[in-house]
Amino acid sequence: MSEQPVLEVSNLVKHFQSGSRLGGGRTVVRAVDGVDLTIGRGEILGLVGESGSGKSTVGSCIARLTQPSSGTIRLLGRDISTLSRREMRPLRSEVHVVFQDPYSSLNPRMTVGQIVTEPLRQHRRGTRAERNRIVSDMLERTGLSLELVGRFPHELSGGQRQRVALARALVLGPSLVIADEPVSALDVSVQASILNVILDLQIDLGFSCLFITHDLSVVEFISDRIAVMYLGKIVETATRAELFRDPQHPYTQALLSAAPTADPSSARGRERIILSGDLPSPTEEISGCPFHARCPVAIDRCTNEVPLLLGVTGPDHQSACHLVTAENGAPLINQGDKNLVHNAS
Amino acid sequence: MSQKMITAKPKAASSTPRPRWQRVARRFARRPMAVTGLILVVGFVLFAILGPILLTDPNQQDFTAILQTPSFAHLLGTDDLGRDVFARIANGARVSLMAGVMSTALALIIGITIGLITGFYRGWVDVVVMRIVDVMLAFPFLIFAVGLAAILGASLTNVIIALAVSQVPEVIRIARGEAMAIREQEFVSGAVADGARDGTIMFRYIAPNAMSAFIVQATVAIPAAIIGESTLSFLGLGVQPPMSSWGIMLTSAQQYLAQAPYLALFPGIAIALTALGFNLLGDGLRDVLDPKETR
Ligand SMILES: Nc1ncnc2c1ncn2[C@@H]1O[C@H](COP(=O)(O)OP(=O)(O)OP(=O)(O)O)[C@@H](O)[C@H]1O
Ligand SMILES: [Mg+2]
Repeated sequence: MSEQPVLEVSNLVKHFQSGSRLGGGRTVVRAVDGVDLTIGRGEILGLVGESGSGKSTVGSCIARLTQPSSGTIRLLGRDISTLSRREMRPLRSEVHVVFQDPYSSLNPRMTVGQIVTEPLRQHRRGTRAERNRIVSDMLERTGLSLELVGRFPHELSGGQRQRVALARALVLGPSLVIADEPVSALDVSVQASILNVILDLQIDLGFSCLFITHDLSVVEFISDRIAVMYLGKIVETATRAELFRDPQHPYTQALLSAAPTADPSSARGRERIILSGDLPSPTEEISGCPFHARCPVAIDRCTNEVPLLLGVTGPDHQSACHLVTAENGAPLINQGDKNLVHNAS
Repeated sequence: MSQKMITAKPKAASSTPRPRWQRVARRFARRPMAVTGLILVVGFVLFAILGPILLTDPNQQDFTAILQTPSFAHLLGTDDLGRDVFARIANGARVSLMAGVMSTALALIIGITIGLITGFYRGWVDVVVMRIVDVMLAFPFLIFAVGLAAILGASLTNVIIALAVSQVPEVIRIARGEAMAIREQEFVSGAVADGARDGTIMFRYIAPNAMSAFIVQATVAIPAAIIGESTLSFLGLGVQPPMSSWGIMLTSAQQYLAQAPYLALFPGIAIALTALGFNLLGDGLRDVLDPKETR
């Protein structure tokens, strides 16, 4: 039985034009450069990658808050990538967003009650009394006291605001929620409670979620499946357990080795691998694999030929690396010699 | 569905929440400057409405009593035609306040609408509108109003129109700037994700967040328009006798500055107090309408 995925993104591209039109020094920022993603019903897909890799741009294209340069975005089977603002409006009941900064993402001139009612108003759902009931229910589900209905966002704590943002995003019962670093701006003590609310609500309401973060412990906690992004491309995707057990792409290996781990016996606990060099500028066009310049095990082919995202070792574990083979599996980056700082810990 | 724990703790037995306008009114009442402003503005409005009814006829000439200093018979003295200055100030208040408030209100309605739209959509409409605005702003406010009033002809309605149109470019500039800055904020993306229409975003999200800029503009513009009206009247482009305004009184008092300085003083004080009133009121409104302000 193959159920239709909630979201199917293929070959998504977003290039930003920057620089002056007249100056001639116009550059293109390749924020998203050919991304494929699928999210099944009720699935939480964690999208990880370092700052500037294009995660937020992917999320904002999918929510059609940014116009993609090319590619298709199928939401519940319908391609929304070229819909106009007006055509997109009715579909907004199926996808909503939670932003990173709960201070700027809520209208400072509206009360909590108004903010959570807005989606219902815009889509003309229910009578006033019904809306109030739905809003109260949603506030309660996100763990907010009904006394807060008349409060303004600035009167709330960061965690409370993020609960309001969550209630607002879920009040129409969307199929997909895009959560762009929803806990990164919060105190560590508050982060866990918000993550738990998201998980509980996901079980109750059954929405799918694209959960964007750069924090590996968060992604490990919340995701069913994980996609790793590097320089505008997905370099690896697998189920959570599989990805942490057998990271294949050299970039994923380096990323996991750098993260603190709760389980020191796991493969990634032994040695910290620190990549040399910085994330290259997304304005330059890179030939071959986007990671080759920092990759410890890169070969000539990596500089010439773009690796495709393929399920070499199995259909559910895809990686975009020439060196992953069905016989030998993934290359081990701590055995490479280039561009590497070994740091036994 | 299991009942969820309510984790956010309610503020210790918070008193029954009052309607928003009551909270705003209480905060307003706690600001002596704002209250002073309100009293001044309301006072002048009442004065403009009731004065001409209760006081002597402002056009009653008495050649036996010209250029008299203030006395019990004539509280603020008499002018060169023996008319009661107090009655004339009350009478002039109607024209001055109408010209100031109506022209500013009109300019705000037109300018905010155009400015929000151009700042929100940008594109070629914005380019065209801003070219026109830049040309209009190159003329001083008064020169523009004078030119317009000369074309329209002398009447109170035309004075209001001329003053309003002359103010519009500045309001467009301010509203456009606010729209451009606020539309980049994340809560506007949130509104788009909610499914809000463009009009909703402009008038429910952007305009309320630009309110303080608009209030400040209004408190500056009303006194300026009152003075603008007096200039137009002085040039014969404003209201015609027997109608009068503070501006007309001020300018006609110039000839008697040496003999009867109070003739210029009292309308001058009226203009200054009105300007002060609107300024204080505007500052107060801006503060109490800002939900972040808690005092
Ligand atoms: N509106 C824009 N105009 C020009 N460049 C942009 C714009 N938005 C993003 N970029 C660029 O696109 C690239 C990807 O940005 P994006 O915000 O998607 O990254 P990210 O992975 O979300 O990073 P972070 O973890 O810092 O949020 C960056 O180089 C960024 O500077
Ligand atoms: Mg981001």
